[in-house]
Amino acid sequence: MTRILGVVGLLVVLYAALYESNPAATSTRSLTSLANIQGRYGVVTLGAALVIITGGIDLSVGSVVGCSTVLFGVLMTDYGIPPLPAAGLVLLFGATVGLVNGLLVTKLKLQPFLVTLCGMFIFRGAARMIGSVVGAQSVTEAHPEFAPSLDAMTLYLVGKDEKGALVFPAMFALLLGLAAVVGFFLHRTAYGRYWYAIGYNEQAARYAGVNVDRHRAAVYVICSTLAALGGILLFLDINTHQADTAGAGLELYAILGAVLGGCSLRGGEGTAVGMVLGAMVLPVIEKLVNFRGEKSTVIPVVIGTTLLIGTIVDELIRRRSRLNR
Amino acid sequence: MTAPPATPRLRATAVGKRFPGVVALDGVSLTLAPGEVLAVVGENGAGKSTLMKIIAGVYQPDAGTVELDGQPVQFPGPREATAAGVVLIHQELNLAENLTVTDNLFLGREPTGGGGLRVLNRRAMADRAAGLLARVGLPADRLRKRVELLPPGEKQLVEIARALGTAVRVLIMDEPTSSLTQKETERLYTVIDALRADGVSVLYISHRLAEVTRCADRVTVLRDGKNAGELAKGEITHDNMVRLMVGRDMKQFYPKDKRSGVGGAPVLTLAGVRYRGGPDVPASLEVRAGEILGMAGLVGAGRTELSEAVFGVRPLTAGELRLDGKHLRVRGPADAIAAGLLLVPEDRRLHGLVTEAAVGFNLSLPNLDRLGSLLGVRRRAEAELHRTWIDRLRVKTPSAAQPAGLLSGGNQQKVVYGKWLARGPRVLILDEPTRGVDVGAKAEIYALVDELAGRGVAVWMITSDMEELLGMSDRVVVMHEGRVAGELPRARLTEEAVMHLATGGTAT
Repeated sequence: MTRILGVVGLLVVLYAALYESNPAATSTRSLTSLANIQGRYGVVTLGAALVIITGGIDLSVGSVVGCSTVLFGVLMTDYGIPPLPAAGLVLLFGATVGLVNGLLVTKLKLQPFLVTLCGMFIFRGAARMIGSVVGAQSVTEAHPEFAPSLDAMTLYLVGKDEKGALVFPAMFALLLGLAAVVGFFLHRTAYGRYWYAIGYNEQAARYAGVNVDRHRAAVYVICSTLAALGGILLFLDINTHQADTAGAGLELYAILGAVLGGCSLRGGEGTAVGMVLGAMVLPVIEKLVNFRGEKSTVIPVVIGTTLLIGTIVDELIRRRSRLNR
Repeated sequence: MTAPPATPRLRATAVGKRFPGVVALDGVSLTLAPGEVLAVVGENGAGKSTLMKIIAGVYQPDAGTVELDGQPVQFPGPREATAAGVVLIHQELNLAENLTVTDNLFLGREPTGGGGLRVLNRRAMADRAAGLLARVGLPADRLRKRVELLPPGEKQLVEIARALGTAVRVLIMDEPTSSLTQKETERLYTVIDALRADGVSVLYISHRLAEVTRCADRVTVLRDGKNAGELAKGEITHDNMVRLMVGRDMKQFYPKDKRSGVGGAPVLTLAGVRYRGGPDVPASLEVRAGEILGMAGLVGAGRTELSEAVFGVRPLTAGELRLDGKHLRVRGPADAIAAGLLLVPEDRRLHGLVTEAAVGFNLSLPNLDRLGSLLGVRRRAEAELHRTWIDRLRVKTPSAAQPAGLLSGGNQQKVVYGKWLARGPRVLILDEPTRGVDVGAKAEIYALVDELAGRGVAVWMITSDMEELLGMSDRVVVMHEGRVAGELPRARLTEEAVMHLATGGTAT
């Protein structure tokens, strides 16, 4: 609970700073566009956070996002597969990646850090191999008949009309919907209990009859599938993408979002609400830096520093509450 | 016996310590003469560990004084206590597992040269380390071994050797034998005898009263943070200690009220079972309805491993399990649990409980299949389950939301029983059912097991506690080096008979 209050406090401070830097930044329009970006980050964060709750880690998220973006574009442009089936194939790709990660971690008992670090390189490389630059425009140039369904998909998933103007923050709505589902599973069903139990004490879960391997593998599948969905959203949201950079570094954003939202890297802790709130932090920081007219090169420093301060404050609060117990 | 010296080595007077919400110590006093071994016993929560931590500088007392050789002392931390010759060896050993024995012996006080460079003086370390190991009876080839490669008993001895390296005057041992084999325990006694002869005073905390009888010169009993009494050498008996610890006579300590003691039909049968990583000899035995089958054997005899194979943790490679005479396939714990074959594991904190999670979380964990619906876990049914088992087992916890790891050992163990009893066991495998459990909770657990057997549950109880084995078992199977060495009916059940089989003697 205190964890949630912490991230809420951080968000309040950040939004206040945003308002203070330039009231235009807090116009409804600007905030909706921000919310949409938060939604896109959040979708990826949910998956990464579930893996963290079971005591694992997934470093391949960013590369899977990038690879999915490129794959989505290439499937439509070069192979002439219509948008909807193409999206289905991309999600299947994500699920397969997750399954392989999960099996390597559970059956071969490899360390998740190493397995997904390798994945991070492999899928970035794969993205470069299958295409270099992709975008909605090259799709519709090659296949004009795809335009209507691509536009519809953009409207419903990303909330932008055919001219690229934001109609409503669909990605934020999507995040809330997915978070509600994740929250239901996490807090209301036996699955969630098993995930927490595995994260806290895998042995005790095994001795209580929990099929640890199956649940561990399942969260990797969920994580990579959500990353693939993130790749599709990224494709629809922005005009052109380089295979080198699409989704780069997103794994760290996702992990940081999860941790800010109260997940412990030791496993066993975290809430769905926290994940959403945690994922909202980084886009605000980025926007704040932009609006203050700083160069975007300072963003990593600002993010790192904010997190470090957040971590220190969190630890201090925890020590104090332990003393008062 | 010479007259006691005028000033004791250690004297604690009217020591008080309160933590938020609890009075841990309420005016406790003790004295310790040079070269004396004083055992401090009491139920969990009686304040033993707190008192030891105050003496060793881990905690500061709120009231009272501690004197060392007549000088009042108040150590700001364990470091200062160690410097003054008061060393505490923790229940959980504090060795750096990845370093060698020699490195550990001098950790934090390495002999160095080269001024600020602190270059290790390896020769001095090696020489002194050899001497220290010799004093605790460890061979010199251990010096270069990494600590993680040593068996638990030797780690304990390394800890003692480290204490000896600091010119120790008072050595405090908190449950030193909890992870030791019988042989290692014997070795520890020898070392304690040698320490006593060297004039080192020893404070010894143990739940195992038989050990206390063996090695203590005097016993101080604590109860609810107060002195409950003292026993001189000649008065140290199991009954005397238990009476002081619980403040009443323990009649019916090993009850046999609810069960007949004669087993019914076999419920669980092991027919020629072998398992991966196990011995070549197949094991066969049966557990009958309504009986308590005790299983004895030395540590390493393969009792835990066999029970884990039956529970599905270790895969079977040969033989068959039968439940009520019908073949039972167990591919994992989930299958065993579904068949009503439940295991209370030996290592509660590692296998039995999710200690960070709430009591209720643990009670629910294996029962979620019965609490679930399309709309998730039924909260009302779940709360009902928590209430039922916390009440029926008299688990002392502020609420079901309390993290299980914060309960005392006995109450933790009750939670492990609760999560299984909620399922209604057919066969209950108890592996060291009362390890680390205080006397009061022990009696409650024995009564519970008796009641379960009385209701027809087949109980398979693995235990290294001889009194428990003799007191509770209706029939005993003894294991030796992975095989079933023999079976003893109640009528022929004696300590000698058990040890005869457990040490490789032939059945008579």
